Amino acid sequence: MEILPKMPKSWNPASKPHKFCPGCGHGLVLKALGQAIDELGIQDRLVFGCDIGCSLLAWDFFNVDTVQTHHGRTTPVMVGIKRARPELVTVAYMGDGGGYAIGSQHLVNAATRNDIITCILVNNTNYAMTGGQMAPTTIPGQKTETTPYGRDVAEAGYPMLGPEMVATISHEGAYVARGSVAKFRQLKGYLKKALENQMAGRGFSFIEALSTCPTNWRTNAEQTWAFVEETMPKYFPLGELKFPGGKEE
Amino acid sequence: MNGEKPIEGERKVFMTGNEVVAWGALAAGAEIMYGYPITPQNEIMHYWARLGPKFGKRFLQTEDELSAGFTTIGGVLTGKRAFTATAGPGNVLMQEPLSMAEAMRIPTVVVIQQRGGPSTATVIYSQQEVTLTCFGGNGEGLRVVYATASHQELFDYTIKAFNTAWRYRFPAFILGDGYQAKMRESLVIYDPAARGIEMISPEPLVGKTGVPGTDREAAHLRNAFSVEEELLHALGDDIEEYERVAPEIIEYDAFNTTEADLLVVAHGVVFRSVAMAVRELVNQGERVGYFRPITLRPFPGTQLREAAQGAEQLLVVESAYGQLNKLVLENLYGSNVPVRTLFRPGVGITPEEVNEECRALLAGKEA
Ligand SMILES: Cc1ncc(C[n+]2csc(CCOP(=O)(O)OP(=O)(O)O)c2C)c(N)n1
Ligand code: SF4
Ligand SMILES: [Mg+2]
Repeated sequence: MEILPKMPKSWNPASKPHKFCPGCGHGLVLKALGQAIDELGIQDRLVFGCDIGCSLLAWDFFNVDTVQTHHGRTTPVMVGIKRARPELVTVAYMGDGGGYAIGSQHLVNAATRNDIITCILVNNTNYAMTGGQMAPTTIPGQKTETTPYGRDVAEAGYPMLGPEMVATISHEGAYVARGSVAKFRQLKGYLKKALENQMAGRGFSFIEALSTCPTNWRTNAEQTWAFVEETMPKYFPLGELKFPGGKEE
Repeated sequence: MNGEKPIEGERKVFMTGNEVVAWGALAAGAEIMYGYPITPQNEIMHYWARLGPKFGKRFLQTEDELSAGFTTIGGVLTGKRAFTATAGPGNVLMQEPLSMAEAMRIPTVVVIQQRGGPSTATVIYSQQEVTLTCFGGNGEGLRVVYATASHQELFDYTIKAFNTAWRYRFPAFILGDGYQAKMRESLVIYDPAARGIEMISPEPLVGKTGVPGTDREAAHLRNAFSVEEELLHALGDDIEEYERVAPEIIEYDAFNTTEADLLVVAHGVVFRSVAMAVRELVNQGERVGYFRPITLRPFPGTQLREAAQGAEQLLVVESAYGQLNKLVLENLYGSNVPVRTLFRPGVGITPEEVNEECRALLAGKEA
């Protein structure tokens, strides 16, 4: 078995230790992404876009060209880059609020236009950066600052099933999967395939990553892990939904 | 046809303003347009979508103006001359991406064909997007706004907007309107090189060659800061630079100002009615002149004060309820020349109306 160095080569050592809270899943998603970038050798071609939300803390995370955009608008910026310079590999990195609420029209239309970009959406079941409000992904009964008595589905609706939606509206060449920071190797595999799908020019690639937010969940290490490993997949099943280049497992 | 110049030398043509903008962008070497349909700018996209592929140019129809603005930013970041066009409610949405372009000094070019407001209003014509275009977004208005008055200017300033944006790295706007967009007029279109106009080469801000961290530094572009001092530092530098280059960017036109008791101020297509009325009055021996800001941002304030010095009164004429007037008053602060107004929000103004208003004001003075 190949032994990977602790810090991916594509990471920017000057910005480490990173700015996320202890126990935050963002760092794991970005570690998996860093390894995928290294393995594909695309550090010189990659443009990384991060949203507003805790993802903005990644603005200097990598030694790759990076642009931090507005809340929900990373997808169109990456679409614009890809349309102007198709030889670049573009990654739009966003939260569940950015991708499924304020920027949902961009996700839907990039998917239906089959834009050759890779979107990575971090599902932490809340609006983390703004202090833990309900997100489209907040699960029924979950307490947040704006659902202090728990998300009541009669009033506040159901969690958004992003990959399922994208799989339905996207085209043949699209790659769609849902991974989790609790299954790191699988997540890394999905991210790598999503990038390969873009590099092969097949189509839109979309990965949702189930992630942790101990700060707003107000959970200890054990509870945090139990929530992401056991509770979340009940609502958000893991796996590949569309895999034009072949299935992972 | 790839690589072939869209225009060789120069050519006399008769076309609509929207077609002129498409040709202007082609002549300027723009490579990609992103846009969302809205009247009265639609035909800019139509002509671009038709003409573009013949010269290896690209077009993307986006899902809304937020996307049109943000995709344009993406295109510009890769080092391409990229642009978009919009109007009215689309201009409102466009302000979010444009505030990012302003914050990050991304040289976007946006063509605004003003329509009536507020809200959906009319699709015809107006000068009610002056404040929005000059100061829209949560920012300080660090942008360049060219208010055109003729088809020749639409062509000239579309080319110039790309150069201004890339030279100074502030977002540049062409502020037209529905009349200019839809009416036909003759003009000369040309290859900028044939006129000795050197196009500033765009430069990639992301996607440069080499491995970041090894061969070069990575681009880490951001608009969010964690402390006030960081923002103050970044914004302070931008404001200072804007003020420093403003005198090079400012453009205006003035006529008979030293002989004028009455100085008429107007911009855009309304200026044409003003110019006609004023010249006619002068031919009839009246002491009238005009001042026209061509750049509304930065505003030719010093020049206006100078022009207004000998005047006994000013008349501000616009198809809005005082949006130009606000700029005028701000820049005249301290001067006690009385300012009269002729406001027709969202409605065209004829030379006859201007003439009549001038005569009334001149007569009032005599009485
Ligand atoms: C137009 C706009 N509206 C609202 C905000 C405030 N805001 C900043 S981050 C955020 C939510 C972030 O949640 P999410 O996208 O899920 O990312 P997370 O922080 O959870 O990773 C909001 C609402 C903003 N920056 N811009
Ligand atoms: S608030 Fe939550 S999502 Fe944001 S950095 Fe902290 S743990 Fe991570
Ligand atoms: Mg979130």
